[in-house]
Amino acid sequence: MKKILFIAIAITTLATSCKKDTTPQYNTSINAPLSIEFDNVIGSSNLQLGTGNYTNAANEQFKVTMLRYFVSNIVLTKTDGTKYTVPQDSCYFLIDESKLQTLTPKVNVPEGEYSKIDFVLGVDSLRNTKDLSQRTGVLDPTGNASGMYWSWNSGYIFFKMEGTSSVSTQTNNVFQYHIGLFGGYATPTLNNLKKISIDLTTRGIVKVRTGKTPNVHLLVDALKMFNGTTNISIATNSVVMASAFSAKVAENYAYMFQHDHTEN
Amino acid sequence: MKPKQIIYLLFVSFFILACKKEVAQLFEGFHKPSNFPEPVYKFENNEVTKAGFELGRKLFFDPTLSVDNTISCGSCHIPTSAFTQHGHSVSHGINDLLGTRNSPPIMNLAWSNSFMWDGGIADLDLQPIAPITNHVEMGESMANVLRKIKNNTAYGNLFKASFGTDEISNIKVLKALSQFMVMCVSAESKYDSVMRNEKTFTTDERAGYVLFQNKCNSCHKEPLFTDNSFRNNGLQPSDLNDIGREMITLLQADKYKFKVPSLRNLQFTAPYMHDGRFLNLDAVLEHYNSQVQATDNLDPLLTNGNKLGIGLTTEEKSKLLTFLNTLSDRKFITNPLIAEQ
Repeated sequence: MKKILFIAIAITTLATSCKKDTTPQYNTSINAPLSIEFDNVIGSSNLQLGTGNYTNAANEQFKVTMLRYFVSNIVLTKTDGTKYTVPQDSCYFLIDESKLQTLTPKVNVPEGEYSKIDFVLGVDSLRNTKDLSQRTGVLDPTGNASGMYWSWNSGYIFFKMEGTSSVSTQTNNVFQYHIGLFGGYATPTLNNLKKISIDLTTRGIVKVRTGKTPNVHLLVDALKMFNGTTNISIATNSVVMASAFSAKVAENYAYMFQHDHTEN
Repeated sequence: MKPKQIIYLLFVSFFILACKKEVAQLFEGFHKPSNFPEPVYKFENNEVTKAGFELGRKLFFDPTLSVDNTISCGSCHIPTSAFTQHGHSVSHGINDLLGTRNSPPIMNLAWSNSFMWDGGIADLDLQPIAPITNHVEMGESMANVLRKIKNNTAYGNLFKASFGTDEISNIKVLKALSQFMVMCVSAESKYDSVMRNEKTFTTDERAGYVLFQNKCNSCHKEPLFTDNSFRNNGLQPSDLNDIGREMITLLQADKYKFKVPSLRNLQFTAPYMHDGRFLNLDAVLEHYNSQVQATDNLDPLLTNGNKLGIGLTTEEKSKLLTFLNTLSDRKFITNPLIAEQ
């Protein structure tokens, strides 16, 4: 009996301690911060604006001078399947490779364990039609978003990559990919909004609790904009803006995002 | 100074003050003319106030909104030409650069659900960004516009008076410009008086009106004289080959379509068409009579069996012109309230 009691106590202790180690106490009624890191890379190299030399699938050498894109409408899914939608007003981020502070946006979400992150690459159609007074911060077309907005065809540019390549047909060998179009105001038109879904189960779920700022580290491979279902050639398409071909570019860049690891 | 001179000065000052007062008292807010439908502009997001309207008017005529401080909104939208750039086929911007399209009138915009010849802009509040930042129009950045306005003491406390706070922002600049633009309402033509039973048409005007209703009203719908749709009216594409609405929607079905312009104040807005190719209304009517081309997406209303166009005899053209002249609103183009102060 003594032995049994000892084993029982030992098991209970172990079980409790195990529980403590793996399952922190979550207070789901309070919000805590979570950051998502957009680590922009080209293939297996870190993206170096203006200096790095890269090669695409069309075997064209290029440099990247600008990479910017909008991330919005973040939804997180808990391990039990429940979803949390980050309030839309605080959920528009302009990721700009030239501005370090923009690369790791933070959101506040209820404490808990999350295994999936969904977001929109771009600015949703509803916000594209909102009153000017509701387009502040990164969405201000006269301020922070001035380079990410088409004034003549009112709407946000979702993704912008510029650089140089000797094969470009443009002045100073520049290439420009400005991709937008949210589906149109009155006439239904091309919709290049992309829903991105990132499963965290393989590389580490994220544990959100007060006092910590866990970080979901994503690798964003901008080379995938060139290499994909359609291999984009700089020589053939040095400039892509509001055109039917922009859909091909958007289809490619929808695959840029990969979960690398989570820092809990 | 002699007493006579003092009296003279006082006399002149009195008149100047009196005039000023008169202009100020003209502001009565935005009112829907009784023969107009409900406006589509969202006034709930931008209530028109006297201060906001006056700020917008000052901004509209301020050339510092352009990169070299030479071109204001009013340069290409001249009130006495019903807010168009009379005599210019296409807009004439900074450094003598030319645009590709004819400046449309700033008129009854509160009833318009899209802006520009191709309808690329759906919200009046966002519209001014396009000409201000366009390299061949005003060529300025909105950030610089804001900096110049903030440094311009002439704006004094106009922003506070308009929006309640000292802060000056581009959003307020754009909202104020909208307040001015929606106040540019033209509804005092003879046509309007007839519709409101205050006057009657002459025999020729009435004959022209009947012709208009038979041949033109489907697109140039009363009382705004546009149905706000986009149509190809069969113009021979120029070397520029402006594809119009297709640039916005990327739909081939929209190739060569442009917004149907209002016919109000036609007498003051020459030249005509999106590229200002026709110098007078005779040329416009002759186009519809005999010059319509079977280009892609030609509007079905301009196909009459095997014949293109709407077919107008010399007499019909003359009557139509007589009617179209009843759309001239002299009060609108001479209204001191919406003129440069």
